[in-house]
Amino acid sequence: MKKLKKKDERIHVRTKGNFHQTLAPMLFLAPNILIFLLFIIIPLFQGLRMAFMDWGIFTVPEFVGLKNFANLFKDEVFLITIKNTIVYSFFAVVLLTVVSLCLALMLSRNSMKGERVFRAVFYIPSLLSMIAVGIAWRFILGDEMGIVNYVLRSMGGSGVKWLTDGNLAMMCVILVSVWASSGYYMIMFISGLQAIPNELYEAATIDGSSPWNTFWRITLPLLRSTVLVVLVLATIASFKAYELIVTMTKGGPGYATKFIVQQVYQVAFQEDRMGYASAMSIVLMVIIGIFTLVQFKFAGKDGQYD
Amino acid sequence: MTKSRKATNRVFLVILIVLAIVSLFPVIWVALSSFKPQNELFSSPMTFFPKTWTLGNYISAISQGNFARYFMNTVFVACVSTVLTVLINIMAGYALAKYYFRGRNLIFGLMIATLMVPLQVIMIPIFLQLKNLGMLNSLWGIIIPPAATPTGIFLARQYMVNLSNSMIESARIDGAKELRIFVRIILPLSQPIIATITIFSFMWRWNDYLWPLIVITDNDKMTMQQALANFVGQLQINWSNLLAMTTISIIPVLIVFFAFQKFFMSGITAGSVKG
Repeated sequence: MKKLKKKDERIHVRTKGNFHQTLAPMLFLAPNILIFLLFIIIPLFQGLRMAFMDWGIFTVPEFVGLKNFANLFKDEVFLITIKNTIVYSFFAVVLLTVVSLCLALMLSRNSMKGERVFRAVFYIPSLLSMIAVGIAWRFILGDEMGIVNYVLRSMGGSGVKWLTDGNLAMMCVILVSVWASSGYYMIMFISGLQAIPNELYEAATIDGSSPWNTFWRITLPLLRSTVLVVLVLATIASFKAYELIVTMTKGGPGYATKFIVQQVYQVAFQEDRMGYASAMSIVLMVIIGIFTLVQFKFAGKDGQYD
Repeated sequence: MTKSRKATNRVFLVILIVLAIVSLFPVIWVALSSFKPQNELFSSPMTFFPKTWTLGNYISAISQGNFARYFMNTVFVACVSTVLTVLINIMAGYALAKYYFRGRNLIFGLMIATLMVPLQVIMIPIFLQLKNLGMLNSLWGIIIPPAATPTGIFLARQYMVNLSNSMIESARIDGAKELRIFVRIILPLSQPIIATITIFSFMWRWNDYLWPLIVITDNDKMTMQQALANFVGQLQINWSNLLAMTTISIIPVLIVFFAFQKFFMSGITAGSVKG
């Protein structure tokens, strides 16, 4: 992050010695700072504290040291949700990156009519809430009455248990996430691609470079920082995933598509073991924190965080 | 060269059309199915378009239960929250872009660092905090806390850093008060970024599920996404009604998207941040 210096051209606005002008920025910042304090900073420390306690709505909080964390590693359901989240994140992120990059490559060549229309069309799924996305796909993939199984059966095949077989359900959740978010990352890739100077491509063509070669030698290296930002943003988003499975699979069948956030919510609010659930949240936060830091590092290089 | 380009275009066009169908089919299928009468929905043979068009699902979805209430709650939350979000984030962005004071880079850095603490990881202490403040089961509990977004501040500040200072300075020499400068000069100049933040904020709040889930348990205060999720949670899903409700819930964001398309694209590009 580039720091603004006093001598910076852009800051002529002097505030020294003028009470009104020193107070004004503080007042402009006040609502934001207040909200951050009340609803992020204080809860953050509260959450850290709770992770080391037995805490329920109806019980007296009690300090238990590292007991919650020790229990996490013996908690089979939690370990399953961690495994599910990692499997889901890995495949969703890889597919999302590849699909959205391919879409962007096809739609940023400025040599075809209708590029803008296609961009809008591919972006539309990103507008929907994950709740609605889950409902739509559950309607489509339903065992008995979904359109996909209907078509399969009418072609002489048999229905597939898309959402009632564990592995298939996980695969569907991954593919639906890709369907829902690739348009968003596509836009980021398109802007990254447009930042690459045209002269480079012209020079490559004159030198007789094949499109395949040009992609690996010019496009991808220059797009490196955008690729990293997309990878990291998609990873953070997938570790936070929850809404989609609420309506699409409810985490099932069994625990097949249950993710960390759903488990945290259930243990905290339905089983009233808030201290233990806080320990789970800390694990999740550490994972997200690491990826966010990575994002800052690479995005910062790209100047996107200036 | 042009020949091969034409051939590539043709191949790409076919791929893109196939993908466009995959991209749009679920939305169109849900919307069309919502106009089918209940006995037609799962009957064989299935048709793409309804054999008989009906508004019956919409009428029963709206008249049954609390749906109109959920819709109005969501409209209220999305609109009020958006006004608040735009106002306070533009103010903060202005303070961080155009004033020089000690600690301003630190404050900006800390605000951006809160991206590392999404709601998903602090939902338990947030719940307790809202309980302490008496904001549980109140729509304000889903309006105020998410209003200060790091993404909004970031977008606002980046935009305003590049505004010229000369107008601010001459207004100051003329004796204008700081608030007046903000309202009369900064706000009009910031219209593009205000539009971007407005659109994204509206969409985030409209599609929000986790905040209402934590804050609202009272049936009268629920939002549409919550209602949809609860509807799916029932043992017997009334698909006809559910599809009508889902379609209604999608329409507002689609309208916003088609009306303000160019701001969507610039917002994603400038921000590269999701909030």
